[in-house]
Amino acid sequence: MTDIDVNKLANAKSKGKRPYFFDDPAVERVLSITMAVATELAVTRERLDTVERLLEAGKSVTKANIDAYRPDDDASKERQQWHADYIARILRIVHQELEAVENEALNADPEKLADDFAAT
Amino acid sequence: MANTLPPTYDRNGRHPLSPKVDHDEIARFNFLTNLNVHIGQRVSPGNRTAFDNRVSPKFKQETGRPLETRQQVRDAMKKDPFYQCWAALRRNTMEQRQQAGRHVVLRQLDDLIERAKEHNDGKETLKIDPSAEAPRYLAAVDNHCMPGSYYTEIVPDDVLAGANYETGLFVTTAGSMSSKGDGGGRSIVNFVRDRFPDFSPKRILDLGAGIGANTLPLASAFPDAEVVAVDVGAPMLRWGHARAQVLGHDNVRFIHSDGDTVDFEPNSFDWVQTTMFWHETSTSAIQSMMKKAYDLITPGGLFLNVEQPNFKPETSLFDQFTRDWDAWYNNEPFWSKLHVMDVFEVMKAAGFQSDKMFDGGTEADIERGQFQSWSSTVSRHKAEAKDSGDAKDNSYKGERWYLFGGWK
Repeated sequence: MTDIDVNKLANAKSKGKRPYFFDDPAVERVLSITMAVATELAVTRERLDTVERLLEAGKSVTKANIDAYRPDDDASKERQQWHADYIARILRIVHQELEAVENEALNADPEKLADDFAAT
Repeated sequence: MANTLPPTYDRNGRHPLSPKVDHDEIARFNFLTNLNVHIGQRVSPGNRTAFDNRVSPKFKQETGRPLETRQQVRDAMKKDPFYQCWAALRRNTMEQRQQAGRHVVLRQLDDLIERAKEHNDGKETLKIDPSAEAPRYLAAVDNHCMPGSYYTEIVPDDVLAGANYETGLFVTTAGSMSSKGDGGGRSIVNFVRDRFPDFSPKRILDLGAGIGANTLPLASAFPDAEVVAVDVGAPMLRWGHARAQVLGHDNVRFIHSDGDTVDFEPNSFDWVQTTMFWHETSTSAIQSMMKKAYDLITPGGLFLNVEQPNFKPETSLFDQFTRDWDAWYNNEPFWSKLHVMDVFEVMKAAGFQSDKMFDGGTEADIERGQFQSWSSTVSRHKAEAKDSGDAKDNSYKGERWYLFGGWK
């Protein structure tokens, strides 16, 4: 085996100044780590799904069987739907913020409401 | 919403050289593909909403005038919190895809190199030039956040760049580049056959061919032609040549050279093709490459390029901003220059005559391969184009290819 540091090379930075989009780069760092953790949870969930499907089919749960497993069309779609649902759940705040931009009526300030309704 | 799920990664086309992908690596690709689709379909449209409802009115309120340039739109959008989050997610997803693809290849790099060598060593159809250097514009930035770009070699006989490019293409495009990643080449063939049915090239040169994924359909369509693929990235060519061999294309030559200095006889090719790399090429390099291409084409021969179309007068400022995004934030800076380049002026300066130049479009040709039963494929680009909200500009559709060219 050639002596290379696989993880270091896989993580290599691409040439070119990295853009940071949030006002504080620390927020970007936390988002990036959070999404990486979310990715690994999805990986574990898909592995668990495979284990369940192997058990349902009466097959032994071995590493070889897990790696050899290929979903049929129905299983494939069910697994993709799980990813879609999962991503929608973890990005809830992003979609709520978009709703707030789309519809100003969702943005009433509670303190102002309290004052307004106290006066009426 | 129906038909918004991409195929799973296990449906992607494979060949005997493909890296092994274990269960969890496939799952990781599946998550990232779905994340790309979600960002494109569900999050990206919010940028338009934020622009219309918040960014544009705020600019007018603060300055007393409307937004007038794409630069102003970019500066104004930068301050918007929704855009900031979308952009951070998108950049991060691209970086994750690179990390995931590189890890798959790196962990088995020795094996992949050995297997590629079995198909490369001693073959006349592969010419690597140890003295060839990446041009300055390419060496300055790693395109689409691909560490080391197309040319870096970390070990002797390296194939990392080519193998990683092929392995991750499905993730970035959600399967819309066809099951062998050759959607561009397939569409080029359809365009040429439809538009120029009598054209029967004997020698075809594909400049900037990368791993040659889009070159092979040309070789299939014209089996009697001699096909030459040129690229400046040795790891791309080693991988591409071995890949072509295992896919049964033993008549495609892979030559290591920079496109604008490539050494062939003048008037020696009756078709010079360039596919989707003008946006990764500096303006001066495009100009010199086109002069070279004109020189290499036989009188009566064809030059053809496929790219995403440039801005039109009716392209809205917001769409200009959206389509420039990859230039600034996905390490593809030259795209911004290309978007406003008069490509026909560049061709004229290289020698082409105005009355022999043309452009046009063709539908994407997706070979579904292992994902036959999926009713549609989805891509981030398609979703972003569809949702950009600019009904007047129909030229930019992720499922349609734009081509331009000329006859010498």
